[in-house]
Amino acid sequence: MALTSYGVAIREGFEHLLSYHPKVFTIGQGLWSPWYVGNTMTDLEQQFGKARVIDTPVSELATTGAALGAALCGYRPIVIHPRVDFMLLAVDQLVTQAAKWRYMFGGDVAVPLTVRAIINRGGEQGAQHSQALHSWFAHIPGLRVVMPASARDARDLLIASVLCDDPVLYVDDRWLYGIEEEIGPPVELDLAWEGPKLTRSGGDLTLVGAGHSAWLCSEAARALAEDGVSCDVIDVRVLNPFDATLILDSVKRTGRLLAVDGDWATCGFAAEILARVAEEVPPSLLRAPSRRLTLPDAPAPTSGPLERSYYTTVGDVIAAARQIAGVRGDSWE
Amino acid sequence: MEISADLGTLADSRQHHAPLELPKQNRSWLPGALRRMVLIRTAEDHIGQMVTAGKIRCPCHLAIGQEAVAVGVSKSLRPTDRIFGAHRSHSHYLALGGSLRALMAEVLGKDTGASRGMGGSMHLIDLEHGLRGTVPIVGSTIPIATGAALAAKMDGKGDIAVSYFGDGATEEGVFHESMNLAATLRLPVLFVCENNLFSSHLHISLRQPRDSVARYATAHDIPAVRVDGNDVVAVASAADEAIERMRREPGPFFIEAVTYRWRGHVGPRDDEDVGVRRKDDLVVWRKRDPVQRLYEALREAGDADSASLELIEREVLAEVAFAWAQAEQDPFPPPESLLSRVYGRPS
Ligand SMILES: Cc1ncc(C[n+]2csc(CCOP(=O)(O)OP(=O)(O)O)c2C)c(N)n1
Ligand SMILES: [Mg+2]
Repeated sequence: MALTSYGVAIREGFEHLLSYHPKVFTIGQGLWSPWYVGNTMTDLEQQFGKARVIDTPVSELATTGAALGAALCGYRPIVIHPRVDFMLLAVDQLVTQAAKWRYMFGGDVAVPLTVRAIINRGGEQGAQHSQALHSWFAHIPGLRVVMPASARDARDLLIASVLCDDPVLYVDDRWLYGIEEEIGPPVELDLAWEGPKLTRSGGDLTLVGAGHSAWLCSEAARALAEDGVSCDVIDVRVLNPFDATLILDSVKRTGRLLAVDGDWATCGFAAEILARVAEEVPPSLLRAPSRRLTLPDAPAPTSGPLERSYYTTVGDVIAAARQIAGVRGDSWE
Repeated sequence: MEISADLGTLADSRQHHAPLELPKQNRSWLPGALRRMVLIRTAEDHIGQMVTAGKIRCPCHLAIGQEAVAVGVSKSLRPTDRIFGAHRSHSHYLALGGSLRALMAEVLGKDTGASRGMGGSMHLIDLEHGLRGTVPIVGSTIPIATGAALAAKMDGKGDIAVSYFGDGATEEGVFHESMNLAATLRLPVLFVCENNLFSSHLHISLRQPRDSVARYATAHDIPAVRVDGNDVVAVASAADEAIERMRREPGPFFIEAVTYRWRGHVGPRDDEDVGVRRKDDLVVWRKRDPVQRLYEALREAGDADSASLELIEREVLAEVAFAWAQAEQDPFPPPESLLSRVYGRPS
């Protein structure tokens, strides 16, 4: 069977939604551009018309609020923010309006709004074109936060987000657009039942990450297996509401945790994972202190050598995992 | 989409190709302005080539074709003024007299760069010449410039703030809030909109019902003028008059300078294939060349000839090459700067 890339899989998600769900439309910057959103929405406006695939003025706040308004009136809009950084201009509508709308009006109002934000970093783009910030958004009750790490999830979690009656922030990462797998036909999942997934089993150590960090974890686990360190790898997938059960069960078995996250350390999502473990896993079951691997607590620099040291690599994950597992060189301590 | 064409001939690429009309008096600054524009174009052309060659990796938005706006506005500015730019600001930086070497070093991520290698092309600062910062979040320096004008007014020394932004930035809410604030508090901020008719791939006709943005100033009771942004004389005279008035009596002013970028939204390519009418228009717009039109006018007036232009071009090319060579030799920021530059040093 053919392999599908993460980027193309996102496009398949849009194609499915626009084909089978007449109330779906998508709006945001760059939708009629050949480069803005990589290969994830190519020619959708030609296939489905510019009335349902709407490119916009440079107005993130109005666009997001307008999509919320349409969502309250029976549509299922998908707002596109080509970068997380640009979405920050729309935070009131997302955090203070959409996320709270159902609750503050009694709990029965559907808010089927999906906001898709793209993490786009590296390439010496610097402090204002590199932020991830999913930890911030996962902090907000009422806002579901989804981060796909595989091509299949990139498509099927997009579909699930849009079909969900709550506001969802769907965050994809350009560093993943090239990864490929067999994905079969689209599936309509109920987002309420989706959560972390075990993507690899092993007994020595639990590796946890979301989005690109989940990919780093699987790559590292593959290399570690060759050295005789076997890892459970958990792809978080849904950061909010966060169901840590699978992670807790895994850490109870392995006794060791490494949480990897492409956001900052302080008050970041990796801290949330460690906190759950600290609260729920009896210390007697822990064989090593839990660790997190995150961005350093600094904005993204542009300078090449600094930028190279800024982002976490597979090698960094392997080194941290070995340290936690007590492996020096190629042998057990 | 139909668009109300308030810009008239200014938006028509076939018009305004003739040599500039020179002022009768006070022409001594014009050869210097010509040189500055040649410098901006040459420096950016070099940066573009180095992007293509893979030596520069940070995103670079080139202002080639728009040189006259920054050079015209900068004529009446002084180092105590407070100037803010956006993502396409090499021209603003160089027009104010910013160091070529520090620009080259910045785009290379070197410690000697304008922002010490931490910001790249999209984040430039040059306090010596009044440039307080340029950033690529569209519209975000507009309120900051407005606040700098508030500080200037409090200082009471006749300094002003300048906010450079594009037509796309007028679609952000904060632009409108800033104009209202500046008008209400009578703040000496000069809003300079470089209307190049595009926001990345989208022509203004796909983003706004009218092609001119000066109407927003009028709506906020801010005096506004529209000028040919490829005419350095027209830009400078509009800016001179506004700035002189603002120094005497604080209050905002708005200049809409109509221009066109010759390169793609980002990087050195033409991007002819991107955006409404761009393919047909670009060749014609190139004939409204701000450099050539000034040169022709100076030549007709006997203030320049092909030899003097060639000399400028040769000297500028050498300056750019020298600055680049120096910047290439310069060191990168030390590894500890990753964390040591996040907060101020404790006392
Ligand atoms: C808040 C925000 N939204 C979107 C972008 C992406 N973006 C970068 S430059 C640009 C075009 C802006 O057009 P304009 O203001 O006319 O400036 P020009 O590029 O024409 O100089 C856009 C949309 C951004 N950087 N920041
Ligand atoms: Mg523009």
